[in-house]
Amino acid sequence: MQNSSDNKLWLTVLGWTVALMIFFPIFWMALTSFKTEVEAVSTPSLLFAPTLENYAQVFERSDYLKFAWNSIYVSFGSTLLALAFAIPAAYSMAFFPSKRTPGTLLWMLSTKMMPPVGVLIPIYLLFRDMGLLDTATGLMIIYTLMNLPIVIWMLYTYFKDVPIEILEAGRVDGVTPVQELFMLLIPLAIPGIASTGLLSVILSWNEAFWSLNLTSSQGAPLTAFIASYSAPQGLFWAKLSAASLMAIAPILVVGWMSQKQLVSGLTFGAVK
Amino acid sequence: MATPASTAAANSAVKTKNTRKVDTRPFLWPSVIVLFLWMIVPLAMTLYYSVINYNLLDPSFTGFAGLENYKFLLEDPSLWTSMWNTLVLVGSVLIISVVVGALLAVLYNARFPGRNIARLLVIAPFFVMPTVSALIWKNMMLHPVNGFVAWLQSALGMVPTDWFSQYPMLSIILIVSWQWVPFAFLILLTAIQSLDSEQQEAARIDGAGPVAMFFYIVLPHLQRSISVVIMIESIFLLAIFAEIYVTTSGGPGLATTNLSYLIYSVGLLQFDVGYASAGGVIAVILANIVAIFLIRTVSRNMQKA
Repeated sequence: MQNSSDNKLWLTVLGWTVALMIFFPIFWMALTSFKTEVEAVSTPSLLFAPTLENYAQVFERSDYLKFAWNSIYVSFGSTLLALAFAIPAAYSMAFFPSKRTPGTLLWMLSTKMMPPVGVLIPIYLLFRDMGLLDTATGLMIIYTLMNLPIVIWMLYTYFKDVPIEILEAGRVDGVTPVQELFMLLIPLAIPGIASTGLLSVILSWNEAFWSLNLTSSQGAPLTAFIASYSAPQGLFWAKLSAASLMAIAPILVVGWMSQKQLVSGLTFGAVK
Repeated sequence: MATPASTAAANSAVKTKNTRKVDTRPFLWPSVIVLFLWMIVPLAMTLYYSVINYNLLDPSFTGFAGLENYKFLLEDPSLWTSMWNTLVLVGSVLIISVVVGALLAVLYNARFPGRNIARLLVIAPFFVMPTVSALIWKNMMLHPVNGFVAWLQSALGMVPTDWFSQYPMLSIILIVSWQWVPFAFLILLTAIQSLDSEQQEAARIDGAGPVAMFFYIVLPHLQRSISVVIMIESIFLLAIFAEIYVTTSGGPGLATTNLSYLIYSVGLLQFDVGYASAGGVIAVILANIVAIFLIRTVSRNMQKA
């Protein structure tokens, strides 16, 4: 018995030490955001007088709210658009499958394999010619297309689990497919639709290939705004930390809440 | 999926009956059409640009180039350097994330006080946007003068390391691994939780120690999930860009230039559209090789379900 409680102690110590080490950079950044710029670059210390000055400065000196709004607009806009395309498609494939349905699903997945850099040049030139460079709307369109296959896949797996008897009952009463979709399926599948939406928001919020290449100032979301702190002139670690913490905190919370759904979504249902 | 095969068969029988009455294909068309355009139009344009002379800075440089762009590209040492760098980056991060991810999954599957909170701390880096991760590491952690690691090193009487100039690729691998180990951990933990506890108990009664348990019971069970982790991470790791963009800009020299960064710098910094497009085609071919394996695994899973 003594041995097993010893083991438990070691396990607890090891488990917590490893977790704190992995989390340390985020913790350190959070701490730095409450220091002055001088304290931020001096000898590391846990003892300092916390200040909110950096947060005030970030709002004052940069258009933080504009970039935050771009992030919100781009990730929620692309998620809503993707859901609008995906819900009917997943409904059709889940409840009215044909011989071609498995092939269609795999083909949709394969569009996700396209490396973004393979189409960077044409997308950049198309955006330039259509006046979409540095616009949040242009980015929103790209993110919609980028996430559509995952969104369809996730919804498809959720819809498959909806008890068909309820839809059957409706069909006996003579509802059309459109009514069936809006009045029966969507209310039943709201939890699945919500977690699919969350995954899409997380992926769009953190996307940094297209945002760095297609936007610079007016249409830039937070990923691109934070990158501007990498400029060598001057070290503003405390302000960088404040801006970063505000940019990651909401998504961190959302990610923590939806980790289970994330596993099945990101592995296309292969691991649940 | 827990659905027994019999219910699945019954469901599909019901569905086939309904297919005859209503046609829901119009529900599917919008998605199919936009995805088809998204897949085919830019790719066709990349292919087209790759066989013409096209430089945004030089309007007189026009005409059909044939395979000239490919010829120059394949003779360009920077292509091979960047392909090698891509391989090193993807390979190292894959090995690190699978090995560390599996060890973490075993550790956090065991019961101890506060386990759930510890788990949350471990997966946190996965939700941090790449530009923030890269800048935390570049400045607050690895900065040669004011970084935390430099402080640790001097506290231990060592000379602080200038990570990004002395070990540039290692630093990038460290940052990217920090982001992707949690993903592997999350997937492998989910898989371990579905391990049959009776089988484990039986092995323990037969006298299997923790090491034997890991290699003979846990690892075989994780095989499929590990292959899923490898394939999904490969897709994202082949496209790593932001971490390099905000830390080393591909340097020093070409030390951290991967294929994504090379194509970006040729196309959008030197404006050689034709040349960059030929590079894009090569990136697509590489990614497709990985994709074939992924699609196979997923379709095998679909047949099982």
